[in-house]
Amino acid sequence: MERIIVCLKPVPDPKHWAEVTMDPDTKTLNRQGIPCIINPLDKHALEAALSIREAHGGEVVLLSMAPPFTVSVIREGLAMGADRAVLLSDPLFAGSDTLSTALILAAGCQHIGSFDMVLCGNMSIDGSTAQICSQLAEFLNLPNVMHVIDLDHQDKDNMIITQKIEHGYAKLRVSPPLVISVRKELNKPRYTPFTGIIDAESKEIIELSNEDLKIDAQRIGLEGSPTKMVGLEIRQYEREMERFEGTVEEVVQRLVNKIYQYGII
Amino acid sequence: MSFNDYNGIWVFAEQRDNELHEVSLELLGKARELADQSAMRVTAILVGHHIKSLAQVLINHGAHSVLIADDLRLESYRLIPYSLVMEQLIREYEPDILLMGATAMGVELAPRVAAKVQTGLSAHCIDLRLDDGQLLQVVPGWGGGVIATITCPDHRPQIATVMPGIMPVRKPVAGSGAVLDVAVKLPDSNLGPEVLEVTMEKPKEPPLEKADVVVAGGWGIGGDENWHMIEELASLLGGAVGATRPPVDEGWAREGQMIGQSGKTVRPTLYIGIGISGVMHHVVGMDQSKYTININIDPEADIFKVSDVIIVDDFKKILPPLIREIRSRLKEQ
Repeated sequence: MERIIVCLKPVPDPKHWAEVTMDPDTKTLNRQGIPCIINPLDKHALEAALSIREAHGGEVVLLSMAPPFTVSVIREGLAMGADRAVLLSDPLFAGSDTLSTALILAAGCQHIGSFDMVLCGNMSIDGSTAQICSQLAEFLNLPNVMHVIDLDHQDKDNMIITQKIEHGYAKLRVSPPLVISVRKELNKPRYTPFTGIIDAESKEIIELSNEDLKIDAQRIGLEGSPTKMVGLEIRQYEREMERFEGTVEEVVQRLVNKIYQYGII
Repeated sequence: MSFNDYNGIWVFAEQRDNELHEVSLELLGKARELADQSAMRVTAILVGHHIKSLAQVLINHGAHSVLIADDLRLESYRLIPYSLVMEQLIREYEPDILLMGATAMGVELAPRVAAKVQTGLSAHCIDLRLDDGQLLQVVPGWGGGVIATITCPDHRPQIATVMPGIMPVRKPVAGSGAVLDVAVKLPDSNLGPEVLEVTMEKPKEPPLEKADVVVAGGWGIGGDENWHMIEELASLLGGAVGATRPPVDEGWAREGQMIGQSGKTVRPTLYIGIGISGVMHHVVGMDQSKYTININIDPEADIFKVSDVIIVDDFKKILPPLIREIRSRLKEQ
């Protein structure tokens, strides 16, 4: 192996999602002060890349499109064992939908140079679109496989991939170069060794802007994205929220009556 | 930009081994509803080999016509040939809207097709509406706590994947419609990964998504030794067992029983949640239930915000007498 690229997305820590508020006038989410973490599935992609490197050599490069303040999250990926990182950062990229983001990431991959594989998490926890893997592969003109739960890379030119599908799985034979996205069943991401944290400090993080990537500005960012968000709301619920209190017997009686009222029994 | 030439609503009729995925029928129902509002036509797209017999089912469920791409190389699903065929069909026929299921296949295929024809795609829609030719695509974000409406104003087709289990299936009506075979154009090589084997197990029980009663357990159940109470209550009420992520991870429940963003979407008449805290990832999978009852020892549990009936107590005190009482009620009837 020469090189594996792992796409890594800094995402807002879900532990703090309840703190997200919405500006009623601008209809934008206020996520200030919410810390970022590595998108959980991306750690599984990185783990896979590290184990392939251990078996076949080569370097593992992290690729991320994110604002510069997320660099500490990228460094966590380096601490886990990646060799270096490329951060794609430009105000022109802001507001990109998946098609534009995939185009930017593809330009990032091409800027890095030749590679054998691009690995990503199957979906991010914030956007959850799961669209990047296929779109990135299409822009790179490479095959791709999603929902990967097993990756047998013993023969690195003929890997056997197991893909989770409804009520079962599919086994595929693939040859690099290709793009894959992984599910959590694939592996257990390693703990970051203490020495890894120290090593990460001296590892290289290159920051690239659109001056380096030279993507047609009409195809990226909020303006260049084909999808537009025209409405945003925090989900509201209308439920009775009737609290049953009293002795266990009373509560059970009311509950059974209610289930009867609902027409179940 | 004028989209006068772009016409009709397409539904990708997903099939494996000649068996249609239920979501295809759900999408046909929704597509027909939208089409009837706007004098549009619904076309089902069938891709595979020897699949013609499915066309009538699609017509009966709402399609005005069916386009069939039949080729030996399309016999089992492969991303590259399937995406090439979809690109070919879209360029030839210029649909205005394309709907696909947010299934393992749809989630992989739709983005690749959208990138090929350079158009917008929204993922895992939970609702679709039409507004003056614009498809309003309602999607959950941030674990479902936020609902966004997406449009694709300047590109066609407008493509959306839709969560299975959300749209109701239209009652089939024997109908007639045009069934057209398309000449498939595929290159001879570079068709991507080779499929070695596809293994599917028939689910043992009726699908969770169709159950009229769902009894779901969460982390609060505490262990395998208590899980039988969930199962007992569910079977007593003729319902199915559901779970949040932790019981599945712990092995008390099976993967197929998981409700939520990365699992099933249920909308039973009655949902009973036991020991469930109510993280958004779960709530998006159950909040369309008609009635909801939740038992949790934590009075602050978020699940109570989506509950019609709230019981703040230890489920171990409530469930045994509840099961006894329901059993005796059922005997009286």
